[in-house]
Amino acid sequence: MTLSRKLAILSDAAKYDASCASSGTERRDSRKGGLGSTEGSGICHAYTPDGRCISLLKILMTNFCIFDCAYCINRVSSNVERARFTVDEVVTLTLEFYRRNYIEGLFLSSGIIRSPDVTMADMVRIARTLRVDHGFKGYIHLKTIPDASPELLDEAGLYADRLSINIELPQDASLRELAPEKRPETIRQAMGRVRLTREASRDRSHTGKRPASFAPAGQSTQMIVGADRASDTAILSTASRLYTGYGLKRVYYSAFSPIPDASAALPLVKPPLMREHRLYQADWLMRFYGFSVDEIAAAAPGGDLDLAVDPKLAWALANRADFPLDVNRAPREALLRVPGFGTKTVSRILSARRHGALRYDDLVRMGAGMKKARAFVRLPGWTPGALTDSADLRARFAPPPEQLQLI
Amino acid sequence: MQVVVLPATGWREAWRDAARRLAGAGVPPGEVAWQTGAGLFASDPLPPAGAVTVPRAFVDLADTVLCHRDPERFALLYAVLWRLRGDRGLLENPADPLVARLNGLARAVRRDSHKMRAFVRFREVPAAVPAPLSGDGSLDCGGDAPRRRFAAWFEPDHLIVARTAPFFARRFADMDWTILTPDERADFRDGVLTQGPGAPRPDLPPDASEALWATYFTNIFNPARIKLAAMRSEMPRKYWKNLPEAREIPAMLADAERRVGVMRSAQATVAPVRAAAISERYRADMPKAPDRIDSLADACRAAAHCTRCDLHCHATQTVWGEGPADAALMIVGEQPGDHEDLSGRPFVGPAGGVLDEAMAAAGVARDRVWLTNAVKHFKFTPRGKRRLHQSPDRGEIDACRWWLDLERRFIQPRLIMALGGTAAYALTGSKTGLGRRRGTVEETAAGPVMLSWHPSYILRLPDAGAAAEARAQLTEDLAQAARLLA
Repeated sequence: MTLSRKLAILSDAAKYDASCASSGTERRDSRKGGLGSTEGSGICHAYTPDGRCISLLKILMTNFCIFDCAYCINRVSSNVERARFTVDEVVTLTLEFYRRNYIEGLFLSSGIIRSPDVTMADMVRIARTLRVDHGFKGYIHLKTIPDASPELLDEAGLYADRLSINIELPQDASLRELAPEKRPETIRQAMGRVRLTREASRDRSHTGKRPASFAPAGQSTQMIVGADRASDTAILSTASRLYTGYGLKRVYYSAFSPIPDASAALPLVKPPLMREHRLYQADWLMRFYGFSVDEIAAAAPGGDLDLAVDPKLAWALANRADFPLDVNRAPREALLRVPGFGTKTVSRILSARRHGALRYDDLVRMGAGMKKARAFVRLPGWTPGALTDSADLRARFAPPPEQLQLI
Repeated sequence: MQVVVLPATGWREAWRDAARRLAGAGVPPGEVAWQTGAGLFASDPLPPAGAVTVPRAFVDLADTVLCHRDPERFALLYAVLWRLRGDRGLLENPADPLVARLNGLARAVRRDSHKMRAFVRFREVPAAVPAPLSGDGSLDCGGDAPRRRFAAWFEPDHLIVARTAPFFARRFADMDWTILTPDERADFRDGVLTQGPGAPRPDLPPDASEALWATYFTNIFNPARIKLAAMRSEMPRKYWKNLPEAREIPAMLADAERRVGVMRSAQATVAPVRAAAISERYRADMPKAPDRIDSLADACRAAAHCTRCDLHCHATQTVWGEGPADAALMIVGEQPGDHEDLSGRPFVGPAGGVLDEAMAAAGVARDRVWLTNAVKHFKFTPRGKRRLHQSPDRGEIDACRWWLDLERRFIQPRLIMALGGTAAYALTGSKTGLGRRRGTVEETAAGPVMLSWHPSYILRLPDAGAAAEARAQLTEDLAQAARLLA
């Protein structure tokens, strides 16, 4: 099989992993030898027509797999064409793509061949070859195999910037049903170990020496949305437990999308992209805007987020008694809850209002989304009046209902 | 009116120098006309250099905005510099119209520079001609293998090559490269970065890696989730002509719907014959709870699979007890905390530290005690960035007593210490407050149980005096337990 054919098969198999982040790791460069650099912010080198960025060479080491996860194109019972890269092939592809400035580094995942330990050992060998033999300073993300031995996980963290372990599904019961070889408890144990090892790697020893850095860009995970019946509230609760329990940098939500040779156990509907988008928005609210799952859930009757309006607006519409807010006096936490105000807008407001009272036009100039915010704020020369409490406020934001077709 | 003509190259430095002199001499913005290139007028002689101090933030802003193509940038920057003399905090006011305008220009430059980092595409070009004979007639081999050479053509919106080239020098230090743009160029040779004037689009030789890159680009794309607007906003069309992979986009889009249709209409296929055997073999080897529990080890393995209450869905793992199987003393806490949950061992977090100190003070060796909890899974609620402990309810304690009873049965301790109300309830069945019971030994059907404070309770006491007293009482109780067992 040609290298090009292998690349086609093993990148096609890798596209269901949403993560492509290459940010947040330590600063490194190649001025003292080797190749590559990482400088904090990640770089998206290309975008495909699915709107996703390409930052890393995202491939599977192999798509042979002994597991039988119903949602996965590579499950043992699928008839998909199989391929396997050698260590050298992955290393060469990574370095040659990197030299041409196509990518920030490698995101390596794999089907499970022979056993979790054998697979993980091969993946670690690839990362070690890049780092040790080639002095590669770019970004490496390894998808770890939860049932692999802890020693392999420890070694992976020495070479990788980020480790990730997929939780796959928001509820234990659905994972046991759809992925009979996976165990929710070992997935969580592996995440717990990564957190503890990372914390230990940041503590200086009594001699003041710092241990080798361990997965400096942290760990992340991915949850498939729409393959089981979990509600949005259940999904967000799971995410919140993962963030607090294991210090995850990101939880990725991946709308279940049709795969070639799909299992009969799953619905082959259009991927719920809007639902995925709303979950990301809610996730942001939890991480950067001080919202708790319970607050978001209270504005999501029936347990699912409103698809027509974003979750912050949905929360504000359900809590109109808190508004309108005096932009010139409100504290940061309250400003963050105004629909249309992002974290940057709020920082600008706090900085600017030390120089004088802000007016409506000032907010427009600073990039605030006043179309949404105007109903929820008060400024000299602007009060929303009855707008805040008007019955049709939601309708002003929600997209118009689709016209029914007569046939 | 003071006319300042800035040269075609080196205009950044020239602007800085002129602005410093003019501001030092007190020339207001309305009296300065900024021009670039060989204009119709020559520069008027500038005033002598004077001392002008500006905030660091202005230096950064000016460096960035000077890369913008907007011809007004010189005047706008000078206007801000002028106002900074009376208002040092001006730049911290993003609502000021002039500051907002300059921030907008700076953002455009930063974005353009970021896109250059992203969208420059190198092609490999033949390596440099073999090193020439050096002065003394010997062949200069330079030691290592010859450096590989790469070149790229890029068309940025603004004049950003100078500010962006050092990024490529840090990243691609082990190769020689050239980036050409219509206005500027950067060359990196043998570790030295040089800059020069622009050039017309060169004819770069084909590079075999581009075909592999196109293969990757077309196959990583998911045809079931087309989001064109997202792609165009991050990778605007103006960049496409210099991106080899962009040539693939029309064909990818044209074929997407057909591919999704095929996936959707395909009938489920018959699994390969070997699949069932592989699954069966793997599943047979997966750890599972033993059918019978005849030993402490069996109980430990069985507990790892416990689903007797709902806590197992949220906690990381079952935290089983630890210590010698023939321990005379068994200490029972409430439930694992954050650290215990992650590491799978009892009493290793902050509360464990309090207990360790008390045991050391009382002369009780930790490795001679069986340490465990009344409830084996961590119960918590997420709050902010942490998991807050929640007390287990009666149902959870009752469900978990099954495991506690097994530990007692296999270890047969001569004395059990219950730390805190939960353990006291689990072991004695009484919920009566610990206040009056602490320090006493209660007889139960399964043997004597001594009651004491839970170390977490001691940590939570806000009053330092009360905490010290409770600590002393815990130590005293441990010492008494040791005496009873002596």
